[in-house]
Amino acid sequence: MVRTLTAAAAALLVSTSLAATAAVADDIKPAVVFDMGGKFDKSFNEGVFNGVEKFKKETGVSYREFEVTNETQREQALRRMAQRGADPIIGVGFAQAPALEKVAKEFPDTRFTIIDSVVDLPNVRSVVFKEHEGSFLVGMIAALKSESGKVGFVGGMDIPLIRKFACGYEQGAKHVSGNTEVLQNMTGTTPAAWNDPTRGSELAKSQFDRGVDVIYAAAGGTGVGVYQTAKDSGKFAIGVDSNQNHLQPGTMLTSMLKRVDVAAYKAFKDAHDGSWAPGIQVLGLAEEGVGWALDEYNKDLVSADMMAKVEAAAADIVSGKLSVHDYMSDNSCSY
Amino acid sequence: MSAAPGSIPRWVDIGLIPLVNIALAFFVSGIILWTIDVDPFAAVEIILFGAFGYDEAIGYTLYYTTNFVFTGLAVAVAFHAGLFNIGGEGQAYIGGLGVGLGILLVDSTLPFVLILPLSILLAAAFGAGWAAIPAYLQAYRGSHIVITTIMFNFIASALMVYLMVNILIQPGSMSPESREFAPSGHLPFIHEVFGWFGMQVTPSPLNLSVVWAAICCVLVWAFIWRTRWGYQIRTVGANETAAIYAGIDPRRVIMLAMAVSGALAGFVGINEVMGVHHRLLLNFTAGYGFTGIAVSLMGRNHPVGIVLASLLFGMLYQGGAELAFEEPKVTRELVVTIQGLVILFSGALAFMMKGPIERAYLRIAGGFQRPAGQEG
Amino acid sequence: MSHQQESQEQHAGPPGDAGAAPAIELRSINKAFGPVQANKDVSLNIRPGSIHGIIGENGAGKSTLMSILYGFYEADSGEILIAGVPTRIRSSNDAIAAGIGMVHQHFMLVDNMSVVENIMLGAESGAILTSSVAAARAELERLERDYDLEVDPDALAGDLPVGQQQRVEILKALYRGADILILDEPTGVLTPQETDQLFRILDSLRQQGVTIVLITHKLQEIMAVTDHVSVMRGGEMIAHRRTGETSKEELAELMVGRKVLLRVDKAAPQAGETVLALESLTFVDRVGVKRVDNVSFSVRAGEIVGIAGVSGNGQSELLDLLSGIRPISAGRFAMMGQMFSAAHPLDPATMRDLKVAHVPEDRLRSGLVRTFAAEESAILGYHNDPAYNGRVLMNQEVIHEDCARKMADFDVRPPNASLKTANFSGGNQQKLILAREISRGPRLLLVGQPTRGVDIGAIEFIHRNIIAMRDSGSAVLLVSVELEEIMSLSDRIVVMFEGRIVGELPAHEANERLLGLMMANAAPERGEEAQPAAAAPEAPGA
Repeated sequence: MVRTLTAAAAALLVSTSLAATAAVADDIKPAVVFDMGGKFDKSFNEGVFNGVEKFKKETGVSYREFEVTNETQREQALRRMAQRGADPIIGVGFAQAPALEKVAKEFPDTRFTIIDSVVDLPNVRSVVFKEHEGSFLVGMIAALKSESGKVGFVGGMDIPLIRKFACGYEQGAKHVSGNTEVLQNMTGTTPAAWNDPTRGSELAKSQFDRGVDVIYAAAGGTGVGVYQTAKDSGKFAIGVDSNQNHLQPGTMLTSMLKRVDVAAYKAFKDAHDGSWAPGIQVLGLAEEGVGWALDEYNKDLVSADMMAKVEAAAADIVSGKLSVHDYMSDNSCSY
Repeated sequence: MSAAPGSIPRWVDIGLIPLVNIALAFFVSGIILWTIDVDPFAAVEIILFGAFGYDEAIGYTLYYTTNFVFTGLAVAVAFHAGLFNIGGEGQAYIGGLGVGLGILLVDSTLPFVLILPLSILLAAAFGAGWAAIPAYLQAYRGSHIVITTIMFNFIASALMVYLMVNILIQPGSMSPESREFAPSGHLPFIHEVFGWFGMQVTPSPLNLSVVWAAICCVLVWAFIWRTRWGYQIRTVGANETAAIYAGIDPRRVIMLAMAVSGALAGFVGINEVMGVHHRLLLNFTAGYGFTGIAVSLMGRNHPVGIVLASLLFGMLYQGGAELAFEEPKVTRELVVTIQGLVILFSGALAFMMKGPIERAYLRIAGGFQRPAGQEG
Repeated sequence: MSHQQESQEQHAGPPGDAGAAPAIELRSINKAFGPVQANKDVSLNIRPGSIHGIIGENGAGKSTLMSILYGFYEADSGEILIAGVPTRIRSSNDAIAAGIGMVHQHFMLVDNMSVVENIMLGAESGAILTSSVAAARAELERLERDYDLEVDPDALAGDLPVGQQQRVEILKALYRGADILILDEPTGVLTPQETDQLFRILDSLRQQGVTIVLITHKLQEIMAVTDHVSVMRGGEMIAHRRTGETSKEELAELMVGRKVLLRVDKAAPQAGETVLALESLTFVDRVGVKRVDNVSFSVRAGEIVGIAGVSGNGQSELLDLLSGIRPISAGRFAMMGQMFSAAHPLDPATMRDLKVAHVPEDRLRSGLVRTFAAEESAILGYHNDPAYNGRVLMNQEVIHEDCARKMADFDVRPPNASLKTANFSGGNQQKLILAREISRGPRLLLVGQPTRGVDIGAIEFIHRNIIAMRDSGSAVLLVSVELEEIMSLSDRIVVMFEGRIVGELPAHEANERLLGLMMANAAPERGEEAQPAAAAPEAPGA
């Protein structure tokens, strides 16, 4: 059983107000502009790709797509999509926000969706996630599972977003026990860091050598190397973005879920159903936009006691009793 | 008498052979397109129309061309001193940092007319400074410049990420970008310039740096072929023993050539940071520094050739993006493959066709010569 | 003119033996490169088992002709007959199949391969190397025995001295079954001793029935070793002679097309003040060998001092020290009244400021830049001269006219200042360097191997100019491995051996035998006496 309920998330999105620019079914020409990682980045972009593919399979409506290769192409691609009459258009990733803002102003009748950033315009839907909340929960699971009291984090490229993951994870681990030690490494400083399994493996090895027994990888394709090394060392790893539990059964302790696929799917589906609406959607634990994965691959690794503790914390976060600090609110991890 | 090498006219070397190389690259690309059921001729049409077919396309093509001219000239100047500067990418990155820092500091106080020369100066100084370190290590410590410039690309990248993520990021911003510059720190777009004269042009990233790129071509030509410093650079590059004999210190020439090279690469920062994005951000160099190597090789290290090669690569970048946009089967990886084939054939394999073409030329030219010889 | 007519009256080649067909017969070979007619209606007969010399100035068409014979180029028209059989040679493989072997001016050996490996290179039989190595070694040993060509089969080619590398080239040709051997300027890189050995080898090859074609521009060699000689000029075959029936003077005249003075006439020197004085000058190279060892002597205005020695005995390094190219290890020297030492080094730019000019030994390695236009090469070293420069840009017009004037004064051909340096012949390149260095009226001229690879007409011209320099009151320090040149130009001769000065004597006391002995450090008492005398500088720097 997957912990996050797709239906619940969908229901939430539907529940927002009716679309101002209602379109007739089958009449839409959806398009998506992937970011530099490419649609097969095993992570964020691929999540969007899975979402729009699901839409295509269900409705038979095909979509246009483009993968940008440099900074300037974002704006170019979004504009070319709009010029060609594409509607709705998804911009993937916070980096597309400035470009999307510009183009959305030029084409006020076209419906845009930006994932992972906020663009405040009447024809834009912004979807952002509370990754720190999901990371908090997997941080707890890591600390609860750890016997050494040391847990690790391997990030991809060193940018604020990844520090947000790391910061939430650290808070979760320390929530279990203030003595838990959290080792952190970033893979690199260039986009290559998203797809460097060799380096991921090296970092994981070094953390295991220093006593860590669970590593959370928020590093795109680099994570594959982390998981492999965890398996080879007989240690545990935690996946990210989509449910990666099946990658190394018995090693994957859990995965931090960030439902970009649902967000992308909904953007197209709502337009298709005539229920698309603009506005900001902040998807956290309460909205089931983030969470942790429990399925047949890891059910034996997570004890009932662990599950109870994590669920209790999740409920506290949802109710507001427990607040998780967001790194990006002040660009620091002091909580 | 060994007149054979001299009897091949220049146009064969600088005109015909590059054209044949490009044709070969397109031929192989065509085969690849054909195997994935894309009509190669339609693809060529999309690329050409996408690159030159309408004003916005031309704007994008020339915008890419501008970057390639800067990095191509940078590689060429170093090459004339016998140095292979692989570090254009890092020098462009740091040049952009210089531009960004300068504008962030003064855009609220200084007018555009002062910010522009200051930015050009900063781009040059930062790019030159970044190139000067590998140059020093080569000249006075004997570390090979190819290795050190490559390493400095990584250092530049790491430095930029550190600065952007920790220091220069706009507070509360999602992405590691600085705040946007005030309008006095914007280099006008060409469509804005046309607008001043009442002409309506579709917006594109093309900005006034293209004019600076053209000026740089002339300056580089004059510097290399018409000044004593250029003379010294060429002497060291062509024959270091002769340079020492002539009292030219190769170490100082290496420093000079690399500084000029780095400054030229740094001007990419003018185009990207001041001209297009109006903010400091990550990865704006997007590989232009590396493509500059191919541009320079293909342009035979001469400004005229570099402009032509830059146009070709500008066309490949813009037309290639259009191809990926129009043809769902053409992924961006395939576009990179086509660009790579052009680089392979015109750079790495540049001399593969030299022998056959020259022999063919001699055979044809010899055929005309023979009757005359027998008459004599 | 008269000679040309005379030659036409002669037969198209030396008369062959009634029975045997010529080893090589060329009939009316034509070859043009664009507008340049490199070979014009060339005919040639070469008798089997003879040594046939082909002589001519640089650019006369010798190398083109041999390249046609070896398949590098194809003739535009004409016929090649090998042993009487018309043969088409379109590649070096065709040439090898026809039994022609070529020893190039620049050796084509792989330095890090052994002699055996070099010899079998390109002629390996089968995929398994060991068996062909064994076969090649046996064959090599037979060849060495038969032709008296001793080389260690297991030595690395790069480790061998030049003379032995050349033997490997000859063995390579023989290994491929050559019975016609073409040698292109084979002595250009050899010491006199190695040259003698080469000639002995050629002689024994001839006795074994090998036909040898010797291409050279050195008259001495033609006279010493050939049976017949053919003279080329301007792409044409001008004359054929039996070597025994001709003389150096006649051949020189045929080559150049006018009378040539082989001896240099000069007046007695008018020596003035000392402009260069060396005191215990020493240079130690990177591996710790003393290349220049405690050298002291001086040069005065108005005299030519020649440094004699077998190549590689420190003369080149000495010239480099005096021109600021290499750093001084110990000792010092005074140049134009200024003292230079390890602590106070000379750099080439300062040297030029002192009105000292330097004609380097190896013009292509250091005196010129091959890819530059002639006018650019003509300002090398003087590129910072204000006369050539504006505030920022160089003054192209001045540079161009300056070069055109120098070319006219020094008879550089073609007189085209925009032509690429590499497209001039060796002699004209050398004249261009001399023009650059001499026309500024230097007080001291350092000149190394002024006529190396230069043809006869230009040698005479260069020698005259060096003498004229001296007569106008300049000092000249001449380094040359050509004994004849040293003896005819110098007023005083200093002999170097292993970096040391082993003797010094006035030119009129020198002869080839005595100098030869001194150069080998085997002079009986003369050398012993000279050494201490030379060690004391005559007049230490002002």
